[in-house]
Amino acid sequence: MSGEVSAGPAPQDRQRHEGGSSEGVSALRAVANKWIGRSVTRLEDPPLVRGRGRFAADISFVHQLHMRIVRAQHAHGKIASIDTSAARALPGVIAVWTAADIAEVPPIDFREGRIPAFEPYRQPVLATEQVRYVGEPLAAVFAEDPYLAEDAVDLVSFDIEEMPVLLAAEAEPGEFSPGRSTEVSVIRQGYGDVDAVLRSAPIVVDLEVSIGRHSGVPLEGRGAIARYDAARDILELHGAAKVPHRNRDLLARMLKLAPSSIHVHESHVGGGFGIRGELYPEDFLVCVAAMRFNRPVKWIEDRREHLIAANHSRQQLHHLRAAVDNEGRILAIDDRYFHDQGAYVRTHAARVVHMTAGILPGPYRVPAYRAVGHFRLTNKTPAATYRAPGRYETTFVRERLIDAIATRLGLEPNEVRRRNAIAAHEMPYHRPLEALGEEIEHDSGDYVGLLDKLLAALDWDKRKAELARRRAVGEAVGAGFAMFVEKSGLGPADGVRIEVDGSGMVELVTGGASLGQGFETVMAQVCAEVLGTDYRRVRVIHGQTDRIAYGIGAHASRATVMTASATHNGAVKLRAKAIEAAAALMQARPDALEIVDGKVLRKAEPAGPSISLGELAEHLAPTSKTLGGREPGLCAEGWFRVKHQVYPYGIHFAVVKVDRETGGVAVEDYVIAYDIGRAINPALVKGQIVGGFAQGLGGALLEEFTYNERGDPLATTFADYLMPTTREIPEVHVILREDFTSPLNPLGIKGAGESGITGVGAAIASAIDDAIGMPGAVTQLPVTPQRLKEILNRSVSSPPRSRAAS
Amino acid sequence: MKPARFRYHAPKTIEEAVDTLAEVAGEDGRVLAGGQSLVPIMAFRLARPAHLVDINGVEGLRRLSVEGERLCIGACVRHAAFHTPVVDGPLGRLLATVVRHIAHYPIRTRGTFCGSIAHADPSAEWCLVATALGAEMVARRAASTRTIPAQDFFRGIMTTALEEDELLIEVRLPILPADTRFGFYEFNRRAGDFALGMALVAFRLQGGVIREPRVALGGIESQPRRIAEAEQLLAGRAAERAAFEAAAAAVASVVDPLEDAVTSATYRRDLSVTVTRRALERAAA
Repeated sequence: MSGEVSAGPAPQDRQRHEGGSSEGVSALRAVANKWIGRSVTRLEDPPLVRGRGRFAADISFVHQLHMRIVRAQHAHGKIASIDTSAARALPGVIAVWTAADIAEVPPIDFREGRIPAFEPYRQPVLATEQVRYVGEPLAAVFAEDPYLAEDAVDLVSFDIEEMPVLLAAEAEPGEFSPGRSTEVSVIRQGYGDVDAVLRSAPIVVDLEVSIGRHSGVPLEGRGAIARYDAARDILELHGAAKVPHRNRDLLARMLKLAPSSIHVHESHVGGGFGIRGELYPEDFLVCVAAMRFNRPVKWIEDRREHLIAANHSRQQLHHLRAAVDNEGRILAIDDRYFHDQGAYVRTHAARVVHMTAGILPGPYRVPAYRAVGHFRLTNKTPAATYRAPGRYETTFVRERLIDAIATRLGLEPNEVRRRNAIAAHEMPYHRPLEALGEEIEHDSGDYVGLLDKLLAALDWDKRKAELARRRAVGEAVGAGFAMFVEKSGLGPADGVRIEVDGSGMVELVTGGASLGQGFETVMAQVCAEVLGTDYRRVRVIHGQTDRIAYGIGAHASRATVMTASATHNGAVKLRAKAIEAAAALMQARPDALEIVDGKVLRKAEPAGPSISLGELAEHLAPTSKTLGGREPGLCAEGWFRVKHQVYPYGIHFAVVKVDRETGGVAVEDYVIAYDIGRAINPALVKGQIVGGFAQGLGGALLEEFTYNERGDPLATTFADYLMPTTREIPEVHVILREDFTSPLNPLGIKGAGESGITGVGAAIASAIDDAIGMPGAVTQLPVTPQRLKEILNRSVSSPPRSRAAS
Repeated sequence: MKPARFRYHAPKTIEEAVDTLAEVAGEDGRVLAGGQSLVPIMAFRLARPAHLVDINGVEGLRRLSVEGERLCIGACVRHAAFHTPVVDGPLGRLLATVVRHIAHYPIRTRGTFCGSIAHADPSAEWCLVATALGAEMVARRAASTRTIPAQDFFRGIMTTALEEDELLIEVRLPILPADTRFGFYEFNRRAGDFALGMALVAFRLQGGVIREPRVALGGIESQPRRIAEAEQLLAGRAAERAAFEAAAAAVASVVDPLEDAVTSATYRRDLSVTVTRRALERAAA
């Protein structure tokens, strides 16, 4: 990609000829095979909109038992005793387990393998000697129906000797176990001589900012249904989506089974967002119970459980110092932060705290950098990834810094961005930091160019004047921007297997997973376009470990980048095989043929004789007389491997209105500009972005897991954990750009899943500052009415000023 | 999220309902009307009534009619019934204004006016309406019926004057004179949530002068309350900003705000000023 900015054509106008087709594309083929870039209807929807979906709770097996978890009611304490006798005596109760009953199952391991330093901090499946957060599983009840199971839970009594609670990661660490600190580790990333730069810099800006504890709250809670089939010696686990193959491998490791003897099946999913689909204590319990009782075991989470037991996320406090020159150029960043991990280190290990350090510099040149992350445990629900992990947090921190530099030097924040942003001609831009175990290399893009496009689309000068005019007559309105770099397309590899049956139907078996994002539709579009058939003739299989041996699932905005690239590569091979076989049958040269709408025909004679893909599949059957010396089957495998993730980028823009008397904030307008490289299905991309925005708005203004001083969670229902509704969510305008296709994959794709959420906290904070005329006022998310009112009350006693003073 | 075991009763007449309630009251029998508060807390097992007396099939409890100077609202009248004015004049408009702040549409089609009164959440809109306008609650038990004025009915957070075996069969609201002005202002974190603070005011405007002012606050204290100090400051004054600000300041000086781990008393006190003044401005507009 040259340094020159060129807007890509609109998706519907783009003429791409994938799959090795030569020049001379007929008008017929251009229409019939054109699926990439079109907002076609989702393949997934017919069962979903007709009430025929199959979510976890819809899955039942004959003779199944129901599990219910007894959860700790104390944030920290020694387990003196647990009495399960009354519960066990209840008719219909099969068993009540405590830790001793599953002593052979080790604490829950890390998904990516052993990390000896973190092992002591793993969560046991059932609490052993201590409880460390309210909601921790203490015992499990197995009963003939879910009501009985819940009745039995009421009969389990326990005696807990309360211990002092630790609720703040920035507080002095405590003792996790004898001789072991609650500081799990200190994560360090950086380069350059930060201290020297800070000493000599003309300006040093100090910031202390924090992000609240919140998380993904999917409409469908978790669920796990396990069944052991002794006849086949197969353990099946149904329910958990996201990373089925990785979960299978972890289950196998912990339960000491062969991976091939475990089948993990995902079904429909009512949202994932990073938190749903990880392995939790409940998943192991149903598996062990299914094998021990020789009966299927079903567990469906309720909402209260979800809010206290599924992964929390985000909570960090950053102390940041930045060295800046007199023109506003960042010379160095020194960030010390405290990551509130909650009570245990779960399957993700240090992923979020580590990525935070790697990704904080974002779109800016930062000549010297040091991040020191204190990875600490507290007596709260364990934390892990939530959509845009590490990026929502660091974008807030970094963009607060941009605003602070702007205030300090009397510059426009966007001018500070221009002076610091990595330029298009510097791509690919390497930074000696890591994210998800890979060195960071921004693959392509023009950050300032995107800013210019956004400002033009906003008619910014006019808008700015209008906001100033409204402020002059007393309205507290303001605008804010946030620039960010996403990371997406986590490798290292993905594979698919594609097979055409005798009817011409294409089955595409992937190791990917669907979290409801439109995975099936997108894969079908890519497969259909490359192969030359209708996308509705492609059946997409995902999340079934018995259908394909390898897969990394759907997370880290990876599915379209990785699985679609593998699909592309597989479809190219399949097409070649079809053309070759047809050429022999049609007595034509392969390069004289093409595939249009599922039929192989002569390019020069599109209305002439043809052979359908279904007929070709019959010709290629093992018993076919026309098979010749070929490998049987109209099928192919496709693989895609990468060394680096791709780094899409975007800018968020918010206009807010503050009610100075109540501290309420209303978002009047929101615009997201994003360069996705190439949108396979623009409507689905926009859906991802707008949905992400809604969640980002929750974290910015509403959602927070609060605790009292005893460590009791206070947000345990939707009356207290406030998610934005349609009434709080403004219409979001998405400026979807295809300016810089990624050079790292055959379709030029960059990921989309997290771009809508990443900048929301940052942009809204900046807009609030602007609205109330107090630069740097917002230092904490979420901005609740009470917190904003306290800020506004401060302004009454002291005049507005920047808090960016060094 | 599975309720504990209970026995379900479905009486057909008021007599049958109160007889059943009398039988089961001692065993934590509860009345089920719209179920929009009771059923969720049963699912959480925060409430474990041994008996539910479902009054949805009881004849005569859907009555919504004007009798003399009163609007009579039967125990099974849903919130949604008030979306369009149920009576000409300011009362119908007032109820239609307030109802849009109660939760969300599906909940309003099921939850009942009287159920909300009997539940007595301090942040419930109908409890504020009942207090501000001086409603009468008609309580029926097997042998007798009594009428309880609003000021005696609410007894703190989710606590009322109703006895265990009493069924709230009707609430009566006074028809407001045609020259009554009213204003309602509610602040919450999200549309449809229970109020962090709200005010309902009503007064008659005669020659530009405020007569018979009513100023009531909800969501601020443990139960809705009329603020006499504010009303005294308004009576006989012109409906202008100065009077409104004085009344709002008076409210802040006398309220005893609730405090919880998320919302401070200071914040609620500040909010009481804002909601009062804005409700008065709306009334005057």
